[in-house]
Amino acid sequence: MNENRILEMRGIDKTFPGVRALQGVDFSLNAGEIHALMGENGAGKSTLIKVLTGVYTKDGGTISLKDTGEVQIHSPQDAQKFGISTVYQEITLCPNLTVAENMYIGRGEGSLTNWKKMNADAAKLLASLDIPAKATQQLASCSIAVQQMVAIARAVDMECKVLILDEPTSSLDEQEVEKLFGLMRDLKARGVGIIFVTHFLDQVYEVCDKITVLRDGQLVGEYEIKDLPRVQLVAKMLGKEMDDLSDIKGEQGGYHGDDAGEDVFEATGLQSDAGIKPFDFHIRKGEVNGFTGLLGSGRSECVRAIFGADRVLQGTTKMHGKPVKIAKPVDAMKNGIAYLPEDRKVDGIVGDLSVRDNIILALQVLTGFFKPFSKAQANAFADEYIKKLNIKTASADTPIKSLSGGNQQKVILARWLLMHPEYLILDEPTRGIDVGTKVDIQKLVLELASEGMSVTFISSETDEMLRTCSRLVVMRDRKVVGELSGEDLTQNKIMSTIAGGESKA
Amino acid sequence: MKAENKKGSIFTRVSDTNLLLAITIVIFFLMYLGAIIFQGEGFLKPQKFFDILNNNSALIITACGMSLVMITGSIDISVGGVVALVSTCCAVYLDFHEGSIFGSILIAIGVGLAYGLVQGFLIAYLDIQPFIVSLAGMFFARGMSTIVHTAHFNVASTVFNGLKNTRINVPGMGSVNRKGIYIPAYVEIGVIVALVIVVLLFILLRWTKLGRNFYAVGGNKQSALMLGINVKKTKFLAHLICGVLAGIAGYVYLLHVGSSSADNAMGMEMNAIASSIIGGTMLTGGVGNIVGTLFGVLSLSTIQNIVSGAGLGDAWWTGITIAGMLCIFLVIQSVVMAQKKSALK
Repeated sequence: MNENRILEMRGIDKTFPGVRALQGVDFSLNAGEIHALMGENGAGKSTLIKVLTGVYTKDGGTISLKDTGEVQIHSPQDAQKFGISTVYQEITLCPNLTVAENMYIGRGEGSLTNWKKMNADAAKLLASLDIPAKATQQLASCSIAVQQMVAIARAVDMECKVLILDEPTSSLDEQEVEKLFGLMRDLKARGVGIIFVTHFLDQVYEVCDKITVLRDGQLVGEYEIKDLPRVQLVAKMLGKEMDDLSDIKGEQGGYHGDDAGEDVFEATGLQSDAGIKPFDFHIRKGEVNGFTGLLGSGRSECVRAIFGADRVLQGTTKMHGKPVKIAKPVDAMKNGIAYLPEDRKVDGIVGDLSVRDNIILALQVLTGFFKPFSKAQANAFADEYIKKLNIKTASADTPIKSLSGGNQQKVILARWLLMHPEYLILDEPTRGIDVGTKVDIQKLVLELASEGMSVTFISSETDEMLRTCSRLVVMRDRKVVGELSGEDLTQNKIMSTIAGGESKA
Repeated sequence: MKAENKKGSIFTRVSDTNLLLAITIVIFFLMYLGAIIFQGEGFLKPQKFFDILNNNSALIITACGMSLVMITGSIDISVGGVVALVSTCCAVYLDFHEGSIFGSILIAIGVGLAYGLVQGFLIAYLDIQPFIVSLAGMFFARGMSTIVHTAHFNVASTVFNGLKNTRINVPGMGSVNRKGIYIPAYVEIGVIVALVIVVLLFILLRWTKLGRNFYAVGGNKQSALMLGINVKKTKFLAHLICGVLAGIAGYVYLLHVGSSSADNAMGMEMNAIASSIIGGTMLTGGVGNIVGTLFGVLSLSTIQNIVSGAGLGDAWWTGITIAGMLCIFLVIQSVVMAQKKSALK
C-alpha cells in the first residue's frame, strides 16, 4: 500500500432485495486529504459510507487500513475503534442528553462518568472550535446547526484518522459552512483523511482535493480536483452532457390565458403563532414567485401560515378575491392549495406505506376515507405519475422508505399534483437531492406555471430561485423586507436587500 | 419583557429530567401539607409517614426497576406477577421444606434473575415487543404461583417471623401516646432494602456510563447505536436489573405481609408504572429520575391514605382518585414541557 494511504476499499459489493446497490466499487483515501464522494441520489454514496461504518455488512470486497491491514467492520463501534468517525446528515445524537454527554458517551475507558472532567473537556473543545453551545446544556435546546457542530466536535475529539461528513452542510447557513470548512482544513493539516459527501458543487471546489464519482452503484472514476471542471463533473454524475441550466426560464413561454394577471391568492396582515411578523402576500395566476432570506428568516413559517399548518393568529385570506377561512391544512386543500413541506421525513412521507398509497394519500383525504379508490384506479394514478415524474422505484408497491431522497421527494410532489391544485407551495423541494433531479423539478415547476398553475417556490440556493421565480419576496428576521421582480432579480440585489436593513434600522 | 427573558433562561438551563423531578417533589409536599390540614393530627405523627414507607417498600423497589426500563424506552408489566410468584415460592420453601432464610433469599433473586434473563433476551436480542413479552410473563407468573400453592396461608417459620417483626427505630423521631408514653417511630427491614436500592440506582443512573447509556437508548435508539453504544446489551441489562429487583421486591413483600397467596401484589405493576410517571419518568423514554420515582410512590400512597382517611375506603374510590391524579400530573408535565419549548423559541 502507498505510504500515505490510510484507507483502501477494493471491489465492494452490496445487494439489497431487488437492487444491486454497489458493484465492485473501489475507493481510497490519503492522509491529509479532503476527498469528495459525488453521485446522484441512488448512486450508492450512502451505501458505501454505511458499509465503511459497519451499519451495513458488505457482500464482497475488502477494506484495508494503514495500521491494521485488512479489517472486518461489523458495527459502528468497530468503525470507531478503527478510527473511522462519521457525521451524518440527520443528527445522530441524543436530544435528551447534555451537549457534553453527547460528545463523550459510548467511548472511553472505565465504567464511571466523571461529570466535572467531561464538562471541562467539552467546554474547552467547544471553545477551541468556536461552537456557540454550553457543555451542560441539553442538546434539544440547541439549533440544528449547533447540534451538527457538536457531532463534528465529537468526531474531532475521537482522534479519528478517517472522518466521514455525510452532507453536513445541508442544514447550515453560509457563515456556519465557512466555519465548518475552517475546521475541515484544520483537521486536514493534522493529517486526518476526510470523506466529504455533498450536493453543493461550490463547496466541493472550495475545499476538496480529490473527487470520486459513483453512478448507479458503480465507480465512474477518481479525479484530481484541478483535472475535472464543474461541467465535466456534472456530466460524469449524470452520465450525459447537462442541459444549459441557466436558460430554462427563457424556454418556457409562461402563461398567456385571458385571466393571466388575476390574483389567485391574497393574504393581508397574516400572522401565525410561529413568531413571524404580519405580512401581506399575493400571487397571480400562472406566476412563480418565491420567499427568500437566510436560514431562519421565516420563509417556511410564512408559507405554513398560508397553508394553515401553524395556528393563524390574525389576517385575512382571499381566493380569487373572495374571502376564505384557512384554519387548518384541510381547509387550504379544499381551496385548491397544496403544500410540499420542507422536512419530508417528518411532515411528508409515511415510510411504511407503498409508493402508490403515498401518492393517493392527499386525494383520498379530500374525497373522504369512506369512499376508497378502487385498486385499479389507484394503480392508474400511481403509474401515471411514476412515469410522468420519472420516479425510480421497483414497483408501485415498494415501501417509500426504501427509495432514495430525490425519488421520495418526487413521490410527494406527485401526491400534490394529483389533486390538480390551483396554487402549489414548494418548500425546499430540491434540498439534499442531486443535480439531475433538481433540474427536473425546476423544469416541472415552470411547465406547471405555463399551464396556469400558481407556484410559490422556496429554496436556500439563490441561483435556483433566480432561474425559476419571476418575483421574490425577501425576508429578514421573520419580517418581509422587500419585493423584487423584473430587472431587480439579480444575485447582488437580493443580497443587498437581505443585508440592507442595517442602515434603515 | 425582562421577567420573561429570565423565566426563559431558567427553563432552558434545567434539563427535562430535573424539571419534572422538581415538579414531583413540590407536588408531594403540597399534598402532604393538604393531608395535615384536612385530616389533622394523624399525618403529623412521624409514624404515619414511616408507615407509608413500610407499606410500600416492595412497590418502591418494583417502581425503581420499572423506571429503569421506561427510561430505556421499554416497559415490563410482569413485575406484579413476579412478586406474587416469588412470595409464594419463598413461603412454601420456608414452611413446607423448612428452608433457611439464606435459601429463600436465593430463590427470590434466582426467580427474578431468570425472569430478567428470559424477558431481556426476548425483548433486546429477538426484538419482540416488550409489552407482549411481559404480558405473557405476567400470566405465566400468576399461573405458576397458583400451581406452587393455591391456598392462602401465613408463614410459620420463627426465624422468618423474627425478621418480619424487626423494627428499626428512627433516631429522634417518635410521638407520645394518650397515656403519655413515648413511642419511637420505626421502619421495617424492607424499607432499608428499598432505600439502599434507590441510592444504588440513583448512582447507577447518574454516575456510571451504563446509566447514561440507558438515557441515550431511550432518547433515540438509532442515534445511540451511531454513538457507539451497544443498544441491545443496554436494553437487555435494563430488563435484567428490573427482573432481579422484582425478585427482591417479592421477598420484601413477603417480609411485610407474612403470608402466601396467588393473589399477592395484584395490580402492583400498574401502581409501579403510575408511580414512575408521577415521578417524572416519561413513557416515551429518555427522561426520568429514581428520586422522582420514590416521591411518585409516596405521592400515590399519600393520596390513597387521604381517600381512605376520608371514609371512602372502597377500592373504586382509590382507583378514581389515582386516575384523577395521573391526569393532573400528565397535564402539568405536558404544560410545563410546552412552556419550556416555547421559552426556547
